[in-house]
Amino acid sequence: MKYSPFSIKHLQQTFGFHFLRFCMGVVILILIVVFHDIFSKGFGIISWEFLTTAPRKGMTEGGIYPAIVGTFYVTVLTTIFSVPLGMGCAIYLNEYAPDSKLTRLIRMSIRNLSGVPSIVYGLFGVALFVELFNLGTCLLASGLTLGLMTLPWTITASEEALKSVPRSYREGSLALGATQWQSIRTNVLPYAVPGMLTGTILGLARAAGETAPILFTGAAFYLPFLPESLSDQFMALPYHLYIMSTQHHAIMQVRPIAYGTALVLIVLVFLLNLSAVVLRYQLRKRYRE
Amino acid sequence: MNGKLKKLGLGLALFLALSQVSYAKDMMQIKGSDTLINLVQRLAEVYMEKNPGKYIAVTGGGSGTGVAALINGKCAIANSSRNMEPKEIEQAMSVGVNPQRAVIAMDGLTVVTNAGNPVDKLTVDQIGKIFRGEITNWKDVSGQDMHINLYGRQSNSGTYVFFRDVVLAGEYSQKMDHMNGNAQIIESVKQDASGIGYVGVGYVKDVTGITVVKVASRPGAEYANPLSKEAVLSGKYPIARPLNQYINGTPSERIKDFIAFELSEEGQKIVEEEGFFRIPGEYVEFNKRLGL
Amino acid sequence: MHRQKENIIKSLFFLNGLLVVIALLGIFLLLLFNALPTFKDVKFSEFIFRANWNPSAYLESSYGILSQVVSTLMVTIGSLIIAVPLGIGTAAYLSDVASPRVREIAKPIVEILAGIPSVVIGFLGIVLVGPLIAKATGNYSGLNALNGSVLLAVMSLPTIVSLSEDALGSVPKSYTEASLALGGNPWQTLIRVKIPAASSGILAATMLGMGRAIGETMTVLMATGNAPAMPKSFLEPVRTMTATIAIELGEVPYYTTHFHSLFAIGLVLFIFTFILNLVSDIILHRYEKRMRV
Repeated sequence: MKYSPFSIKHLQQTFGFHFLRFCMGVVILILIVVFHDIFSKGFGIISWEFLTTAPRKGMTEGGIYPAIVGTFYVTVLTTIFSVPLGMGCAIYLNEYAPDSKLTRLIRMSIRNLSGVPSIVYGLFGVALFVELFNLGTCLLASGLTLGLMTLPWTITASEEALKSVPRSYREGSLALGATQWQSIRTNVLPYAVPGMLTGTILGLARAAGETAPILFTGAAFYLPFLPESLSDQFMALPYHLYIMSTQHHAIMQVRPIAYGTALVLIVLVFLLNLSAVVLRYQLRKRYRE
Repeated sequence: MNGKLKKLGLGLALFLALSQVSYAKDMMQIKGSDTLINLVQRLAEVYMEKNPGKYIAVTGGGSGTGVAALINGKCAIANSSRNMEPKEIEQAMSVGVNPQRAVIAMDGLTVVTNAGNPVDKLTVDQIGKIFRGEITNWKDVSGQDMHINLYGRQSNSGTYVFFRDVVLAGEYSQKMDHMNGNAQIIESVKQDASGIGYVGVGYVKDVTGITVVKVASRPGAEYANPLSKEAVLSGKYPIARPLNQYINGTPSERIKDFIAFELSEEGQKIVEEEGFFRIPGEYVEFNKRLGL
Repeated sequence: MHRQKENIIKSLFFLNGLLVVIALLGIFLLLLFNALPTFKDVKFSEFIFRANWNPSAYLESSYGILSQVVSTLMVTIGSLIIAVPLGIGTAAYLSDVASPRVREIAKPIVEILAGIPSVVIGFLGIVLVGPLIAKATGNYSGLNALNGSVLLAVMSLPTIVSLSEDALGSVPKSYTEASLALGGNPWQTLIRVKIPAASSGILAATMLGMGRAIGETMTVLMATGNAPAMPKSFLEPVRTMTATIAIELGEVPYYTTHFHSLFAIGLVLFIFTFILNLVSDIILHRYEKRMRV
């Protein structure tokens, strides 16, 4: 008999594996606690009015509509800045870049950019967009700051998608006399773009939940109307949650609103995530056909 | 796929177009003091009701935030529960901002302890020692044998600066907890049997679970209550202060109109409803300087 | 004609690629230029080695970041003490114990955890973790370094789990087969062969998690109490470098010493995370090379 059920070796293994299961259990428990707390305490305040009206009475009553709209706007702006540049960079790296020192430098920069703390992006946004470009604190400055912050994520996601397109697709078209750009445009991008979009949606979901980069570049405490141009300030869900839970003058009174805001923010982020997953699933199915 | 994308784009364009249907705006930003925020928010809401189309956004963050915003050109009015420091006025001047002060209400800066704490009288000197960290036990101010827990504000708070300059005349104990706002201090002191904190008098109105400490200017002097209008306005209460609004240069009609409303009988009634005190004659005179 | 067009397109893409290098360099230079004026008024040695941070003092302002650096390291190390064993355990479970079906379900759960915005985690620190810590320790306030550590552990778990799992997964089959053939059981194989073989990958994962924790702003800002004094234990409130920037940047008049000093803190943060990223990069690179052989 190779493994005696009573041997020390076996006991060790039983204990060990149970410990590993316990670790996994803790991770799952954390997630359950987080969701249970937010959903059970936030659900009560959610109503049509909460989602579609502005805060009233010094933000102790009313809804979070301007914050939802503000987050939507700034995320759209982030997309506009981040996605084309991210895709372009990915195309360069995967299709054109030679294996050179410069290419390695570019790759190193991408990895380091993704490690820069979000508050440092905030400082950078203040120094460059708000002050040097003289945009002031506004939607545009925040969008640019978040756009830069998400750039490394967009690049990484786009490159993954490009890598998944088989080499033979490119070679076939090149062999027929197409130029490199023609072959990329007709034989690579159509297959890669959906995958690129999926990956970038995930990055944008993260951007939508970010607070530190918009803290000083454009987010407003309270505005009685919606932003109407790029040079307006805006309210945002994550910043609103921060205010409602730490800065508001009647913190305990507005706790339910804070919970509601947290719930809406989480649901928004997960809807974005979910749409990416569904998109990926459908695309895979289509590829198989 | 292409069709779907087009639809998505169209939907997005429609949404953005619809959102353009907001209002022609006449907007004024007011920033600053947490002590003043409830009051000014109330004043602004009543004012906006009476003047449709004129928007006022009131945000807090602390007097320091308001003053910085005024200097940086980010707001029309800065609420401040302290006077601007000479250094700040110098900074403002150097960037072409000329700060002018209006006084809109009076505050008796209130020291609070837990309701279960028998200490309900202190001298300014004792409070200073407590917050400088020189007295650390309640028994030294004829209370129980309990360690004193300090609750103060963050450095951007006007109350933090006023209290430090007037009561402490020195540095805060490094042990003090830096709370974000008046409400947080009240919450903490309510729950902490050995806590002590300071807030604007408007924040202790109708609050249970705390003791409002009576304060004397020196040992032997009369202990005065910050809830008494007479004591605050006469100066008998030693840590009374004016609550200010700073503006840049001669006020525009827009700003003047709002501040005039705050100083009107109706505005001053709201001041009293919010637990603060109306401005005495000397400040009425003072404000006239600005054409108010 | 075609060639020309092709070349133009190629150089446009090249410029696009170069953009990230410029961005990284730009961040560094802007931080540097905005930070340098600090040292006209503050001695560099005081900035680094003094524990007292009080830019708006009654008498004399002082700009010393030592207590903030200590606070940052405290919450970071605290979070690693919680997250590393838990993360490696979870990764090992996923790679060696879980059936493929369980893994299919469990992996997205870890990913969902990564998707929760940091401000929500910070909020839970106030409403959930704080009161728990207060109850357990008898302190009135549960907003302290321990709270921050717990939250940061939750935030860095997904990074550590998924990268450690990758590392365990890339240990060559021949290693495990050899161990099993020599009579080792799966547990021994995991502990004595796979984890040591994947150790540099796990180390890199830990360092990336650490970089995350050092740079995290909202959670620590909301949950650690923010008292500027030098902390003596995990049950005291701390104020990290990131929290100081977040609290004070909104209240400073621009282009004053105080304003510039916040950029100097940003620069220190940038350098910290840059070094961590670089080192974990090098470790990871070497590891991949070795595993390929």
